[in-house]
Amino acid sequence: MKEIVVISGKGGTGKTSLTAALASAAVKKYRVVFADCDVDASDLHLLFNPDVKETHDFYSSHVARIDQKKCISYGTGTVCKDLCRFEAISYSDAAGMVIDETSCEGCGVCVRFCPAHGIEFPDRYCGQWFVSDTRFGPLVHAALDIGAENSGKLVTTVRTAAKHMAQNGPDGSGPEADYLIVDGSPGTGCPVIASITGCDAVVVVTEPTLSGLHDLERVASLARHFSVPVHVCVNKFDINAEQTRSIIEWCSRNSIPVLGTIPWDRSVTAAQIQGLSIQEYAQKHGAASVADAVNTIWENLCQLTQ
Amino acid sequence: MKIAFSASGDTLDAQLDARFGRAAKFLIVDSDTNEYGVVDNTQNLNAAQGAGIQSAQHVVSAGAGALVSGHTGPKAFKVLSAAGVEIYLSSAATVRDALEAWKKGELQKIDNADVEGHWI
Amino acid sequence: MKIAVASGKGGTGKTTVSVSLALSVSDPLVLLDCDVEEPNSSIFLGDTTGRQTETVTVPVPVLDESKCTACGECGRFCEFNAIVCVGTSVMVFPELCHSCGGCIRVCPHGALHEEESPVGELSFCTISAGTGSNRALILVEGVLTIGKAMSPPVIRAVKRKGAALAGTLSSENARDVLTIMDSPPGTSCPMTTTVSDADVVILVTEPTPFGLHDLDLAVQTVRKMKLPFGVVINRSDSGDDRVREYCKKESIPLLLEIPEDRRIAEGYSSGIPLVQAAPEYREQFARLARDAAYLAGVVNDGRKHA
Repeated sequence: MKEIVVISGKGGTGKTSLTAALASAAVKKYRVVFADCDVDASDLHLLFNPDVKETHDFYSSHVARIDQKKCISYGTGTVCKDLCRFEAISYSDAAGMVIDETSCEGCGVCVRFCPAHGIEFPDRYCGQWFVSDTRFGPLVHAALDIGAENSGKLVTTVRTAAKHMAQNGPDGSGPEADYLIVDGSPGTGCPVIASITGCDAVVVVTEPTLSGLHDLERVASLARHFSVPVHVCVNKFDINAEQTRSIIEWCSRNSIPVLGTIPWDRSVTAAQIQGLSIQEYAQKHGAASVADAVNTIWENLCQLTQ
Repeated sequence: MKIAFSASGDTLDAQLDARFGRAAKFLIVDSDTNEYGVVDNTQNLNAAQGAGIQSAQHVVSAGAGALVSGHTGPKAFKVLSAAGVEIYLSSAATVRDALEAWKKGELQKIDNADVEGHWI
Repeated sequence: MKIAVASGKGGTGKTTVSVSLALSVSDPLVLLDCDVEEPNSSIFLGDTTGRQTETVTVPVPVLDESKCTACGECGRFCEFNAIVCVGTSVMVFPELCHSCGGCIRVCPHGALHEEESPVGELSFCTISAGTGSNRALILVEGVLTIGKAMSPPVIRAVKRKGAALAGTLSSENARDVLTIMDSPPGTSCPMTTTVSDADVVILVTEPTPFGLHDLDLAVQTVRKMKLPFGVVINRSDSGDDRVREYCKKESIPLLLEIPEDRRIAEGYSSGIPLVQAAPEYREQFARLARDAAYLAGVVNDGRKHA
């Protein structure tokens, strides 16, 4: 079983659309399990149309809460507020001492040092994750609660569940899947790191812009830092032929395989609006060049990860 | 000597868990008598980060002189080494198989973390 | 006044809008690039090679072994497994440390103190911008070092620097200087850290299912944070009407629509700002700034910011 993670560095390059396209191509021959690890703004379900089979609440770390009945501060003598490094505690005459849960990082300092022992420290509810059936195969996905911390733990939870399913089948006794395809997040921080460590291949979707190249360099460096093999594909390549060339040359200088290029095409958005993969849309309405491009990318990826 | 094994279950016939940090249990086995105790690691799964570190602490507090697991990341490795715990890698299917392999001296002892950290 | 430009989905045009605003407003201003994982605004601002740089650090615990008794209090307290007591030694993992200062306080023997550990870099410069006037634009950009996982400390450093430099632009009151904050995508800690002290948030979206889904998450986030906000639709004719209908239904001010335009796309790909590729937009962005200020004033009624 090979695990492939699709990331982008820069947001909006077409990562999720490509993940669905890889799904469409892969399932023709292979058994595949999917994970949406872009838990902050997860969109893959809009193309996969999941039938949710399992829902799990997700708790991570703690959050501090002041018990107003025990609080002895009246705006003066504010030990908790003075100690908080995250500016999460404030005082108002109307509400008293209040902790802003979005800013609270769950460090526990105020809880420990409150002279009235008036601060509670419950587990923090962060959102939910799901196991679903889809027309492409099983999908593990999540929805992070508004303003919740995204340490990467939910990403790891989703990824671990998907990996387990890929290795052992949906009921634990089934055959191993051939591929686990993961839709990752933009950026280079905790959630991306948690998505890519230990996988078999990373596919970076980039676009032919200066911003795209700049962000590709950073995210490729991140993948290298974690010893994960990098592959690139260039989306909307024909909006700037010169930039596309720069990217391909950069990849060549850095020994990074380019899996393919995808032309800019309105049908990609049209497919999204209909909740279809690029190839499914092309089957109904034409736009073969885009469908061919993504199928080629899959073929090349397959060969390189055999 | 007491040896810790990362495991998915409670007995010597349980699957050896390839992951150390997020393993469900540790079996602490006395290599002379084959008697063992079970350390539950599931509350560790609640840690937002640094699970390998917590697992390493469990192994150390249980008095193990050696650990057998599938992989060990860099932070767990640091903690275990600081406590003088020897680290062996095994791809054996069960704890019992891994124990036999250890006794025969067939397992690879590692001097460095063998995988990059997961961050989480 | 502080305007934050955010979105749910990546790649909708946050940097485009931030830079366009910065280049269209006639007053001196500070532009903060808070997308520290993938900062891009400098690409559109001409020659910024003469920037000053500063290292961003976070405090992490350091042990004085002569005072340590290996009692384990520090390790038991730490919520992040960043400090551990093993046998007779204490180990610190700075990459996991949230710099809460708790372990230093709980140590009964005063064996811990804090030292600064580097996590990223700030760079800043003054750019002469605007049409012929001596209007100054100060750019502050933050970059998270590759391999480091947490953006918020670097984002906070960018904001502090911005506030300090704003003081050099206005002889009377630094708060009167306009600050534009280009936010990271998403709705978790990097975005909430950036927008937390904004007077108004501009949410940039695109008229697609992904755009709408993620816009709704961003709207819920800014509502939870009680921040006034409005929406800009980029590539407004490239999808369907659901985003417009959503804004109407939710009574969200729709501040500007930018139709798809080859000049803009090509300009963007080569680092040419929108208001240079399509100068007729300067007027519209100047008005966007005024509308945003109005939104900030209308809802604010007396609420003060530090």
